[in-house]
Amino acid sequence: MSAVVHNKVELHGITLHAIETPKYKTNTIVLKCKAPLSEETVTARALIPHVLQSGTKNHPSREKLRSALEELYGATFTVDLSKKGDNHIITFRMDVANEKFLSDQTPLLEKALQLFSDIILQPLVENNAFKESIVEEEKRALKQRIQAIYNDKMRYANMRLIQEMCKEEPYRLNVQGTIEKADSLSANQLYQTYENMLRADCIDLFIVGDIELNKVQQITSKYFKIPEKQKVREDNVVKHIVPNKENVVFEEQEINQGKLHIGYRTNVTFKDEDYYPLQVFNGIYGGFSHSKLFINVREKASLAYYAASRVESHKGLLLVIAGIEFSNYDQALSIIKEQMQAMKSGNFSEEELLQTKSVIRNQILETLDNARGVVEILYHNVIANTDLSIDDMLSGIEKVTKEEVIEVANKIQLDTVYFLRGEGKE
Amino acid sequence: MREIVFEQLNETLYYEKLENGLDVYILPKEGFNKTYATFTTKYGSIDNHFVPLKEKDAIRVPDGIAHFLEHKLFEKEDGDVFQSFSKQGASANAFTSFTRTAYLFSSTSNVLPNLETLLDFVQEPYFTDQTVEKEKGIIGQEIRMYDDNADTRLFYGLIGNMYHNHPVKIDIAGTIESISETTKEHLYQCYETFYHPSNMLLFVVGPVNPNEYFSFIKENQQKKQFEKEQPIQRFFENEPEAVVKAKSEIKMPIQTPKCMIGYKAKKPNRKGNELLKHELTANVALDMLFGQSSPHYTMLYEKGLIDDSFSFDYTEEYGFGFAMIGGDTTDPDGFEKAIKNIIAEQKANGFDEKVLDRIRKKKIGSFLRALNSPEYIANQFTRYKFNDMDLFAIVNVLESMTIKDVNDVLHVLFEKDRETVFTIMPK
Repeated sequence: MSAVVHNKVELHGITLHAIETPKYKTNTIVLKCKAPLSEETVTARALIPHVLQSGTKNHPSREKLRSALEELYGATFTVDLSKKGDNHIITFRMDVANEKFLSDQTPLLEKALQLFSDIILQPLVENNAFKESIVEEEKRALKQRIQAIYNDKMRYANMRLIQEMCKEEPYRLNVQGTIEKADSLSANQLYQTYENMLRADCIDLFIVGDIELNKVQQITSKYFKIPEKQKVREDNVVKHIVPNKENVVFEEQEINQGKLHIGYRTNVTFKDEDYYPLQVFNGIYGGFSHSKLFINVREKASLAYYAASRVESHKGLLLVIAGIEFSNYDQALSIIKEQMQAMKSGNFSEEELLQTKSVIRNQILETLDNARGVVEILYHNVIANTDLSIDDMLSGIEKVTKEEVIEVANKIQLDTVYFLRGEGKE
Repeated sequence: MREIVFEQLNETLYYEKLENGLDVYILPKEGFNKTYATFTTKYGSIDNHFVPLKEKDAIRVPDGIAHFLEHKLFEKEDGDVFQSFSKQGASANAFTSFTRTAYLFSSTSNVLPNLETLLDFVQEPYFTDQTVEKEKGIIGQEIRMYDDNADTRLFYGLIGNMYHNHPVKIDIAGTIESISETTKEHLYQCYETFYHPSNMLLFVVGPVNPNEYFSFIKENQQKKQFEKEQPIQRFFENEPEAVVKAKSEIKMPIQTPKCMIGYKAKKPNRKGNELLKHELTANVALDMLFGQSSPHYTMLYEKGLIDDSFSFDYTEEYGFGFAMIGGDTTDPDGFEKAIKNIIAEQKANGFDEKVLDRIRKKKIGSFLRALNSPEYIANQFTRYKFNDMDLFAIVNVLESMTIKDVNDVLHVLFEKDRETVFTIMPK
């Protein structure tokens, strides 16, 4: 049932992951490039995937490139950026129909992989730089994406909490970089960062679908020739920080609902033994609609529509979010803290424990029904430098005991409380 | 049990109408871990003027009541239903749209017990004055959350510019004031009227055996008593064809302005295949005009009038419909002018056959991609059925679409008196 057929092969400079499954009507290609998060490179790296998808040597404009994708029965191509621990990840994704379900029998996967490699490896280059006009357009679009975070108050509050909490750590950086840096970047500097990305990033290529390992290995080596690795760079090492006092930050904007975002240090990451107890902890505390935060902040006190927590798996953080009336700040905060105390004192039942484990199991299995989900789960191993199968993860959750949850709860420390409230609302 | 086979897609759909009038569809999905089920009533935020079951006179109910009812059905005498689902390893949810209220769960184990929980909780209402009061705080915060969301305000602002009378212009959740007027009597009245099995559809998709599931569902339904099936009378005031106003603007604490241009559907009284064809053709026309492979998109992007938040869509249901085009833009006036010019020019020149072929391929691929998603299948199949349309006819309709069809829609869709613009400027 849960089995995922996952084959890993090293190919000149990249790791190919082939995941064979007959259940989708499309095939999915995902390429991930990992580098340490740093102030120097983050903005350029945020810009690169967007410049690449604006035209290639063989399809030298957006219009031509997008037409080529549409001709492949609307193959999608998207890019995104994320943080995993103190690493910066660039993700390229393509999804293409399996011709089995079409009256037209063109071999779409090979053509799609060719186009995919074209976008990433054959950029539109003039005089050792990306095309100037494209770079300028994409700098403008990047600045608008950075501004858009401010427009979405939930994302904004989340970004501000992380900035306040991780002042001294690379994790404080926004994955999109900064407006100032975007302004100062030249097409040539950008191209150098790109070349460096190919040479030094840890690169993983995932192909998920009704495929055969030999076949994808063969077409990947045909189209995916990247420069020899000079040296794979070292990761930023995540340092666990012990907060010495509770940091409280208030900010005001002309808004209708207060955003209460709270950051805790868990001191536990994916590669640690007590990662599974931490997941179970989070499920009981605020991860699901049967959790303590949902029941006590929303259902009992009627203070919020959402009150939830989640774990940053590779950074060792637990983040709590709730949307509340400005005047309910004290009450909501004290309920959230009380529930944390309840977890630390083991004030939860064996039944809550079982219930949570079975919901987490359900969640993992459901994620496997989605090609992107499979890739995200397996990529945890790349980040943490582990080699766990899905079955390892399922049994890891299964084995968690109440004592282990209490133990991990007692490692969790409050770091920063951030509250975005209305103007003049004390 | 009827078997409907889609050979090219390698899918078989099973259907049966139960004695009490409930439509049940089951789509087995081999190889999937998850089963996803939705139990949906054809009742949404626009149904605020109707004749209650067993009564003669029409009533009007407070705004946001369908959504309020959705919240309240989860609470029972012995606690809330989320608990029952999670004890069985499932996650549950619900949503209310203009025309539907859907309850759903997904799970990879204990599927039959979860299905029973779904059927039972939706069919056993329990409302008290006290629990109704308590919910007002929670829904109040949901409304506040959307008040701060610029994209939601953009959407409702544009619809507000379009509709004089039709309740589609009212926020699905209502307002803090309208929900404060809601009582448990209102909730029971709406429930009795709209939650009759003959007004509902159950869809199950996952690694399931259809025979086993049909027997289980029938047995569950036979245990329950329902009033005799009776047609529901809903009332909508006459709606003028033209928009209320051509333009309006609000200010919010944002950094980049947002602008959306809307076109109100002309005579939105289509159903069935006619609606399916119209809606798809309108979406193809929009893609040919503004999709990323169009010269217009390139021009708008290069001039800095749009960024990757730019989107467009056409949607129509019985009684209302609209096209929407827009997103973040640093120059709302320039954006508006450019969009209007593009449309005028295309109306004068017509579309190119080659572009239609390409967009047709793109839409077929995107339909295949959507079939990977149990959520998409269940939710969209239900929406289509409630409009007498067939989700699985999409590929046929796309294949038979001609350049004349697209050109015709271009002229029907975009007319001056049905055009409106809504802008949000930074404060």
